[in-house]
Amino acid sequence: MSPEDLEKTYQSLALNIDKIGEDNSELFLAKLVLLLAHESGNFEEVQQHINNAAASLSE
Amino acid sequence: MRPASRNKTESLYFDYPHFDAPQLAARNERQSTQVAIVGAGPIGMTAALALAREGISSVLFDAKSTFNDGSRAICIARPSYYILEQLGAIKPFLEKSLPWTTGRTFYRGRQILEFEMPDSADEKYRPMYNLQQQYIEAFLWQAVDASDLIETRWQSEVTGVADHEDDSVMLTVRDPAGEYDFCAEWVLACDGARSPMRKLRGKRLQGENFEGRYVIADIQMNHDYPTIRRALFDPDCRPGGTVLVHKQPENIWRIDYQLTDEESTEDALLEHTVRSSVAAVLKDLEFDGPWELEWWSVYTANTLALDDYRDGRVFFVGDSAHIVPIFGVRGLNNGLADAANIGWKLGWVLKGRAGTGLLDSYTPERRGATLEEFSNATKSARFMPPRTHGWKLMRDAALSLAVNNPFAGELANPRQMTAFTYSGSPAVAADDPAFASGPVTGAVLRDVKLRDGYISEALGHGFTALCFDPELAQSVKTQAGENDTLATVTLPASAQDKFSACKESLYLLRPDMHIAARWYKAQPQQVIDTYRKVTFYHEVDL
Repeated sequence: MSPEDLEKTYQSLALNIDKIGEDNSELFLAKLVLLLAHESGNFEEVQQHINNAAASLSE
Repeated sequence: MRPASRNKTESLYFDYPHFDAPQLAARNERQSTQVAIVGAGPIGMTAALALAREGISSVLFDAKSTFNDGSRAICIARPSYYILEQLGAIKPFLEKSLPWTTGRTFYRGRQILEFEMPDSADEKYRPMYNLQQQYIEAFLWQAVDASDLIETRWQSEVTGVADHEDDSVMLTVRDPAGEYDFCAEWVLACDGARSPMRKLRGKRLQGENFEGRYVIADIQMNHDYPTIRRALFDPDCRPGGTVLVHKQPENIWRIDYQLTDEESTEDALLEHTVRSSVAAVLKDLEFDGPWELEWWSVYTANTLALDDYRDGRVFFVGDSAHIVPIFGVRGLNNGLADAANIGWKLGWVLKGRAGTGLLDSYTPERRGATLEEFSNATKSARFMPPRTHGWKLMRDAALSLAVNNPFAGELANPRQMTAFTYSGSPAVAADDPAFASGPVTGAVLRDVKLRDGYISEALGHGFTALCFDPELAQSVKTQAGENDTLATVTLPASAQDKFSACKESLYLLRPDMHIAARWYKAQPQQVIDTYRKVTFYHEVDL
C-alpha cells in the first residue's frame, strides 16, 4: 500500500472509531480484522500478523 | 519567563539592547509616510526590508524598548532563507544558525523512526535551521538599522487608527513624550498574535481553539548530540505525553512538552515545576551533567485566522492574521512569507510597476497558505495532542506497531514545511497542461545548481523569464516595454530535465520566486501579455 493510501486508511479508521464511539470501537475493530482476514484467505499470514500486533503489548 | 534569580531580560547568552524613544524634534518633523508598519518584530522588520528592496520608505512603530524576550520561534525553513537572502540579511543567519535534516522519533525509549527531510546538491539551503528568535530579530535589525529607507520608532505604541479622507490612515501614537497623529497611505499590522491593531479595527480571528497546552523551556548544557530533532512519545518522564527536543546555538536546548488535563497552566509555569519537569526529560535523554534554566513559556495549539487579511488600507501580516499550531513550524515561516508577499506587491504598486488589483491577491495567496496548514494540522498535531478516542487509539496503534514494523513509523513522519502553491491566485496564470511534470504555476521555484552558482542567484530584481533558448530570451527582451520590470535568463540545455522543459519552454517567475506562468512552447508576446495581466498593469496610472 502506498504511504498516501496508508495515511488515508489511518485517518478513516480514526474518524470511524470516533463516529462509532468508544463503547463499540473494540467490536468495530475486531469485525474489521475478521473481514480483512477472510479477504486475505491466508491462515499462516493472518496468524503472523496477530503475533506481530501482540508483540510489543506483552511486557 | 526567567528564573527568579535573574531580571526579566537577563539571558545566559544574549544581551538585549535598549532602544530609546525618538527624539522629539525629529519625530515632530516627520508626520507622514507612504507605509507605516506597526510592530518591529521579525515580521514587521521583514516587511520593512521587503519594501525597502523596492525602494519604498517606511516607518516602523514598536511599543517595546528592546526585542521580544525569549527564544520563541526557533525553526527557520528553507523558503525563509531565500527571503532573507533577497533582503540582503542572510549572512549572519548562516553564520549562527544550526542546519538540520534529520529527525528521530522514540516510543517508550525505543527509536521507531529516523527521517531525512528532502535535500540534495541542487539545494542551496538546508531544509531547516535552528536559531533563537532574539538572534532572528537582532540580525534583521542589523539590516533595518543600516537602511536609509526605514525609520524605527521604539517605545511608540499605536493606540488609535482611523481612515483618513479617501487615501490614507491616521494613526494615534503614544511615546514617552506624549501622543501625536501620524498619517500613512498604507498600514501593515505586524503586531503579533494579540494584535492591538486587530482589535482597533474590530476584527476577530475565526476558527477553533483546540485544547493542547505546551510548555517550552530552554536550558543551557554541554550535551553531546548532533542537531537532530528528537520526538519522545510516551516517555518515562511524561507517560502518555509527547516531548520534543531541539538543539540551538550557544549550547541551548529547547525542551517542549505537552501538559495533561490534570496539570494547571499556573502550576506548570512555576519555576520549580519547570525544573523538575526538565530534570525528568534529561533523565530520559540519559544526560546527567550540569544544566541551567534559561527561559520558559506556555502556548496553546490553535488554528485561527482572519477571514480577510486586508481591511481597506490596513493589511494584517503574520500572527496578527493567523495563529497555527507551533509544531508545523509555520508560525514564523508563514509570517515571513506574508511579509515578503505584501512587501513586493505594495512596493510595486507604489512604484507604479503594478496596478492596485495586485494587492487583492495578498489574502487568497497567504490565507490559502494558512488554510492549507490548518488542513495539515490534523496530521502534524496528530502525534502531539490526540483530541479524541479514535485519534488517540490510532496513534497508539501506529506507535506500538512501529517498534517492529518500520512502515508504521512513517505515520509519525511530520510533513515538512514547503512553500505554498498559489494556484488560482489572480497574480498567477493558469498552468500549461502541455508540461508532463516539473514545478507548476503558482509553486515556488525549485533551485537548481548550475556550473557556477544556483539559478536563484541569476534571477532579476523583478520578474524573470527563465528560457532555454537565447533567441527566445532575446525576443522577450526586445518586445518588453521600458516599463516592464522583466529580466531574462537563459539556462543551459542540461537544466531542461528539472523543468520538464524543451528548448522553446519558458518559466515566468515573480519577484518572490513563485512561478507566475509557464509555457511548454512559448510565444514572446504571450509572455509579455501575461506579465502585464498578473501585475494588473492596465490599472497603473502612467
